[in-house]
Amino acid sequence: MEPINHIQSTAVPLPMEEIDTDQIIPARFLKATTREGFGDNLFRDWRFNSDQTLKKDFVLNNPTYTGSILVAGSNFGCGSSREHAAWALYDYGFRAVVSSFFADIFKGNALNNGLLPIQVTPEVLFQCFEAIEKNPKVTFQIDLENQTFNRTDAGISVSFEIDAYKKECLLNGYDDIDYLLSQHDEIKAFEQQAIRF
Amino acid sequence: MGKTLFDKIWDAHVVKNLGGSTQILYIDRHLIHEVTSPQAFAGLEKRGISVFRPQKTIATADHNVPTLNQHLPIKEELSRFQVDKLIENCQKFGIELYGLGHPNQGIVHVIGPELGITQPGLTMVCGDSHTSTHGAFGCVAFGIGTSQVEQVFASQSLMQTKPKKMLIKVEGQVGKGVLAKDIILYIISKLSASGGTGYFVEYAGSAIRELSMEGRMTVCNMSIEMGARGGMIAPDQTTYDYIKGRPFAPEESAFEKAVAYWETLKSDPDAQYDKVYEFDAADITPMITYGTNPGMGMKITDHIPTAQEGSGSTTYQKSLAYMGLAEGDELIGHPIQHVFIGSCTNSRIEDLRLVAEFVKGKQKAPNVQVMIVPGSKHVEKQAKEEGLDVIFKEAGFELREPGCSACLGMNEDKIPAGEYCISTSNRNFEGRQGPGARTLLASPLMAAASAIEGKIVDVRAYLN
Repeated sequence: MEPINHIQSTAVPLPMEEIDTDQIIPARFLKATTREGFGDNLFRDWRFNSDQTLKKDFVLNNPTYTGSILVAGSNFGCGSSREHAAWALYDYGFRAVVSSFFADIFKGNALNNGLLPIQVTPEVLFQCFEAIEKNPKVTFQIDLENQTFNRTDAGISVSFEIDAYKKECLLNGYDDIDYLLSQHDEIKAFEQQAIRF
Repeated sequence: MGKTLFDKIWDAHVVKNLGGSTQILYIDRHLIHEVTSPQAFAGLEKRGISVFRPQKTIATADHNVPTLNQHLPIKEELSRFQVDKLIENCQKFGIELYGLGHPNQGIVHVIGPELGITQPGLTMVCGDSHTSTHGAFGCVAFGIGTSQVEQVFASQSLMQTKPKKMLIKVEGQVGKGVLAKDIILYIISKLSASGGTGYFVEYAGSAIRELSMEGRMTVCNMSIEMGARGGMIAPDQTTYDYIKGRPFAPEESAFEKAVAYWETLKSDPDAQYDKVYEFDAADITPMITYGTNPGMGMKITDHIPTAQEGSGSTTYQKSLAYMGLAEGDELIGHPIQHVFIGSCTNSRIEDLRLVAEFVKGKQKAPNVQVMIVPGSKHVEKQAKEEGLDVIFKEAGFELREPGCSACLGMNEDKIPAGEYCISTSNRNFEGRQGPGARTLLASPLMAAASAIEGKIVDVRAYLN
C-alpha cells in the first residue's frame, strides 16, 4: 500500500444519501480476479446509458468537477462487502471520501487500500456541498498526521477521527498482514488454550 | 457487570489487545466463494506464503454460477474463469471446495448451517456481508472485505475494533401470514438502512424464540441491511436439535459436552447494551419495500410515505422515480412481471415447503415469470424427494439449480430494465437484480401469492 499523509485537491460533489456499493461498482463487473481496472466501471450505471453513451448530467461526466476527493451524502458504502468498491474509487483516482456517515465494512475496506474515509458532521458536509456549488475550484486539504480537514478558501478547519493503529498503517504504507504474520507465535499459543469440546 | 452473549464470544476470541481500540480476533471458521477470494489468494502468492490453517476454511461457488445446466461448462467466459480460478486456488492451498457438481454445493450461507459447520460460540467470517446469517446459531459471524480474507488466510485472525452492542426484542405473537422475513423488514423499516451501523445486534424476545432455525437465519441475514456488522440469537433447544446429526456436528459424548458449553451462551441478566429497542410482534404485518434501500419498507396495507423535509428528500424522490412509484401510492394491486424466490435470505427447505403448500393446485398468472432457486444441492434434493418440484411445475414455477441467482445481477439470472420483481432476497438497490430492474422485497408467502395473482396482494386475504 502507498503511504498517504497530505491531500490537497478540488472535490467532486455527490450529494446523494445511501450510496450503496452496488452503485459504486455493480456486481456484473466483479468478475475480474485482479485488483486493477475497476475504475472504468466506477458508478457504471450512473455514468453510462444502456447504449454505453455518457450520461451528461452525472457529476463524473461534468468537466467542471474534478479532483481526488469525493464528497458524498450520508451512509456512503452501505450494502455489499465487496472491496471492489474501494478498489474502483482508488483506481479512478480518488484518495479520500468525505461524508457524514460511512457504512462499517466499506470504511474498513477503504482503510485497507489507502483510501481515506473522512467523517464530518452533517453541517460541515452541507457547507462543503455549498462551497463546491459556489466555486467548483475550491480546494480542500487533508492532513492525516494531524487529523485535520480544511477548506482553504474559508479558512475552515475541522478535525476527524481515525483509529490510531490504522493511522500508523496509512502513514507508513503498512498493511495488517505484515503485522499479523509477525504474531504467529501468539496466535498459536491462543489456539492451544482456546475452548475445545 | 454481566456480559452479553456477544461479549462472551468476542472476548473469548481476543488473541491480543493492541492498545487503543484494535484487537487481534481469532477466527474459528472461514467460508469463501469465487468472487471475493481470488485477489486474496493472489496476495498470498505475491508474499510467497501459504494458508496458515487451511482446514478451517471451506469454499463453494455460488455468486457467479448459472442456475440451469450446471453439469455443462459455464458459458460466460469471465464467470467460468473466476470459478475455475477458485478450483485452482483451493487445490494449490489445500482448501476443501464444494464446487459445481459437488453434493454439498450451494449458497455459502445456506451450506454452512446445513452441514453443521456453523455452531454456537464460534467466530465465523466470509467475504460476503450476509455472513450475519450464521449468527442465528449464537455465533459471532460477520462479513469482511478481500484484504481481510487474505488476513484470515495468512493468520486465521483479523485486526478488529469491537463493535457496540444493540438488543432488539420482539415480544408477543405475530399474526397470520407473518413470517420471519416480515419481522426483519419491519425492524429495518423502523431503524432505517443505517440504524444499526457500528453495532452488533442480539435479537431476543418470545417472537424470535418461537422461530425455527430457518426463520432465525432469515432475521440475522438481513442485519447488515440496517448497517449492523452482524446479528445473533442465543442458542437453545431449537438450535441443538437442528445441529445434531449434521456432517460437521460433534457426535455422541462430544455433542453432549458441546451442548453443556452452548447452554452458557446467553446474555447475563444484568448485561448492558449500548442501545435497546423493543417491538410488539402483534403490530407486524406482511411487509413490502417500495424504494431502493431495505429501510424503505412498509406494511402491505400502507401507502408510500411522503418525503421527510431535509437533505434526504432528493435521494428519496430519486428512489421513487427509479421505482416508477409516487408518494401516497398503494402497492396492493400493482402489476408485477417477475417473482424471485431464493437467495441466502429465503431459499431453505422451509421456504420452499411454505411456497409449495400455498401454490399446490394453483397456477401462476400468465403475465409473470416465476423463478424458484434452492439454496443448495441438499435443499434441491430434499425438495424433489418431498415432491415439491411437481407442485412447482404444475403451478408454472420454474425450479432451478442452486446459486445466488437473481439476487445480485451478476450471473445469467437478471430482471429486465423497468420491470417489477417481487423478490424474497435482501436488497432492493438500484440495478441490484440487473440494470434498471425494480425490486420489491417481501416474504416467500407474499411472493407466492403475488405470483398467482400476477400483481401485488396481501397474502392474508388467501389464508384461512
